[in-house]
Amino acid sequence: MLHTFVALVEDKPGVLTRVASLFRRLNVNIVSLTVGRSEKPGVSRMTIVSEASPTAGHRIMASLYKLENVLQVDDVGQAACVIRELALIKVAATPKTRSHIFELAEVFRARIVDLAPESLMIEITGVESKIEGLLQVLNESEDRILEVSRTGRMVMRRGQHTSRVLDAMRVPGPEEAEEIPEEEIAEEEADLPQ
Amino acid sequence: MSQTNDDTPTHTTRLTGSEIIWATLEGEGVREVFGYPGGAILPAYDALRKFPIRHILVRHEQGAVHMADGYARASGRVGVAIATSGPGATNMVTGIATAMLDSIPLLCITGQVPSKVLGSDAFQEVDITGITLPITKHNYMITRAEDVGPAIREALRIAQSGRPGPVLVDITKDAQQGTAAYDFASSAPAAYRPHPMLRAESASILAAAELIRAAKRPVILAGHGIIQSDAREQVLALAERLQIPLATTLLGLGGIPASHPLQLGMMGMHGEAWVNHAIQQSDLLIACGMRFDDRVTGSLSTYAPNAKKIHIEIDPAEINKNVKVDVALIGDLAEMLEVLLPHLAPIGGESAWVREVNAMKGECAVRDIQNLPDTGHLYAAHVMHDLWHTTGGKAIVATDVGQHQMWEAQYYKHEEPRSLITSGGLGTMGFALPAGIGAKVACPDKEVWVIAGDGGFQMTACELSTIAQENIDINIAIVNNGYLGMVRQWQEFFYDKNYESSPILSPDFVKLAEAHGIPGATVRTRAEGVAAMRAARERKGPFLINFLVEKEDSVYPMIPAGSALHEMIRRPGKNPLIETAQDM
Repeated sequence: MLHTFVALVEDKPGVLTRVASLFRRLNVNIVSLTVGRSEKPGVSRMTIVSEASPTAGHRIMASLYKLENVLQVDDVGQAACVIRELALIKVAATPKTRSHIFELAEVFRARIVDLAPESLMIEITGVESKIEGLLQVLNESEDRILEVSRTGRMVMRRGQHTSRVLDAMRVPGPEEAEEIPEEEIAEEEADLPQ
Repeated sequence: MSQTNDDTPTHTTRLTGSEIIWATLEGEGVREVFGYPGGAILPAYDALRKFPIRHILVRHEQGAVHMADGYARASGRVGVAIATSGPGATNMVTGIATAMLDSIPLLCITGQVPSKVLGSDAFQEVDITGITLPITKHNYMITRAEDVGPAIREALRIAQSGRPGPVLVDITKDAQQGTAAYDFASSAPAAYRPHPMLRAESASILAAAELIRAAKRPVILAGHGIIQSDAREQVLALAERLQIPLATTLLGLGGIPASHPLQLGMMGMHGEAWVNHAIQQSDLLIACGMRFDDRVTGSLSTYAPNAKKIHIEIDPAEINKNVKVDVALIGDLAEMLEVLLPHLAPIGGESAWVREVNAMKGECAVRDIQNLPDTGHLYAAHVMHDLWHTTGGKAIVATDVGQHQMWEAQYYKHEEPRSLITSGGLGTMGFALPAGIGAKVACPDKEVWVIAGDGGFQMTACELSTIAQENIDINIAIVNNGYLGMVRQWQEFFYDKNYESSPILSPDFVKLAEAHGIPGATVRTRAEGVAAMRAARERKGPFLINFLVEKEDSVYPMIPAGSALHEMIRRPGKNPLIETAQDM
C-alpha cells in the first residue's frame, strides 16, 4: 500500500541523500518525493510517498527519526488532509486541433500556460487521480502527449494540525490519527469529471 | 569567518582547525586516540604534540577503528580513531560497520583533500561521508576551521546518546590549516533531543505488568542493552522478584553474572539446549535491550509459539521488526524497569517453572566434555575452560569470529559487564587482536586476553607490531585447527564435507611473535596449555600461545540457519564429546 510521510528536515547539504538512502536500505520504493522550504527558517518540508507493506509505516517512521537531520515525521496515511500534485503536460496540437483541448482543460479546471504553433502546455493541479484522468482522456482522444512533468504528492493535514501543534502533541501514531470523514473524501474528489 | 592560511594566531583564543580538533577532544576528556597519519591529515598530526593526548600508531586503519571499538566496549567511553583521506578512510569502513551493527560509540576523524578540489578526483580523494552514510549513526564533512569544534562536540554527543553508534567527521585539509576563534564552552552542541517516539506510556507499563503477573513460564531475554544502559541491578531485581530465568544473547554475556542461579546461559544458534528449550516452551518473553537477531530466533514462524512478548528497547525501529510483540516499552532499559518494578509484587521461593528448566540442564551436565578423562587430545573447549579457571574468570576477553568465539561464549563464564569484547552483529574476522589492544589501553589495570582462530588472527596480525611498539601488555591465545573452522563446520553439515578453500596454512605463530620481540609457546596438550597460560600471566608484557587443537571439532549444539530454535544438531552419540560446560 502507499504510505505518505510529511517530514520536517534541516535544510543542509546531503539531507535529501540521507532520506533517500534510508528508503533504499529498507528496500522500499519511493513513489514520489517533494521537498521545499517550510514555514520555519532553515527547515525544509518533505512529502514522501512510498510503496510498502501495510505494517511498514511504523518502521519507516522510526527509521526516519534515527536520522539526525530529521526533526519531525508525520505518517499522514489515515488522517484528513489536502493532497495536491501539479503537472505540466505538453500536447502536440495545431491550430485546427486546439479547440477541443481547450474544452478538456476547462472541464478539468486546468490552464493553458504556453501555446506554440505545433504544441501547447497544460498546467493542472489536483489529486493524482484527477491528473491521471486528464492524461487518460488526452490519450484516448488521440492527442499526442509530448512531455509530462509531475511534482509528486504534496500533503497537508486539515484543520489545526500545524507543525507547532503536532510538536506539542508529539506526533500521534497512525492509530491515533483521525479517520477521514466520508463527506470530505467526496468533496476531495468532487472536481473530478467522470 | 573566512578561511585563512594565517599560521600565526593574532589572538590567544585563535587556533588552527588542527589545534581545535585536539583541544576539543582534550576538553571532552579524550586521552587516547588510535590512528595512522597521511597527507590530508598531516596538519592535525603536526599539532598533536601540544596536547596531552596519547596517539597509538596502528599498522592498518581497520585496526585503529577496532581498537577504538574495543576501547569503547571495555570502558563505556567513546573510542576515537583518526586516519587520512582516501585509502586511510576506506580502510576504516569494516571497523565502522562493526561498531554500527553492535551500537558502539565511536568517533572517527578522517582528513580530506582541500575544499577547493573536492569532487575533482584529487590524489587520495574519496567520498567517505557518502561511503559511510549507511554505516554511521551520523557523519559530517567539515570545510571551515570554525566548524571543527562544534562538529566534534556534537559528534561525541550523538555517538553516546540514545542507541549509541559510530560518527565520522571528515575534515578538509584547508579546514585543518585555517584558523578560527576557539572557545570550548561556546562550541557546545545542542542538547540531546530525545527521540519523539520515546514515550513511557502508563498504559503500556500496566499492560506489561499484567502480562508478567499472569505468566507461568516467563523467560527474560537479556541483551547488550543491559550493559549499554547499565541496567544489571534492575534486570536482576525483575528476575529475582518474580523468579524468572534469564537467557543471554552473545553481546549480553557478562551483563548478568554467569554464576547467578537464575542465569541459564547463552541462547540462539549455539546456545545451550536447555536455554533454547526454555524459550520455546515459555509463555512470556521479556526482551531487555536485545533485537531478536536471526541468530537468536532461528525460524521466526516457529519462534516461541506460545509466548506473549514484551520488548523493552531504546530504538523504536526495532519494535516489531523481526518478532511481533504484544507490549513495547520504548526507552532506556534501566529507566523503564524502574517504572515497571513498583507494579510487580515479589513471589516467594523457587517456582515450578525454574525447577523444570533446571531439570533440563541435568542430562547435559553429566555428559560434559570437562568430565571426560584426558585422552591426550586438545580441544578448544578445554582451552576456554582452562583459561577461565586460570584467570579466575576475571579477565577481559576479546574474541574473533567463528568456532572459538562460540566456544568462548559457552565455556568462559563472564561475571562482569564489559568483560567480553566480541563482534556480534557484523561478525568481523580480524577483530580480536586490535579490539584487545583497545581494551587494554582503556583498562590498563585489567588482565586482557585475545582469543583468535588461525584464520582471523592472520587478517590483522600486523598489529603485533603495534603491541611491540606501544608495549601493550596483553596475552594472545590462538586456537589453531588448520581450518577456517566455522566454514569447515558448515561444509561438514550442509555441503557434504566438501572442504573447499577452508584448510588454511599458517606461519609458525610463535616465530611470528618472536620476530616482533614477543615471546610465545606452542601447546599440544591440556597440561602444557595450563602451564603456558600461567607463564603468560606471570610474565610482564605480551605473550602469545599457539594452541594446536583438534582439527575437525564442531561447535554443538547448532541450530541450522532458518530452522526452529528447538531443532538443534547435537553432538553425535558415538563421539564421546559433549557440548556443554556445567562445572563452575
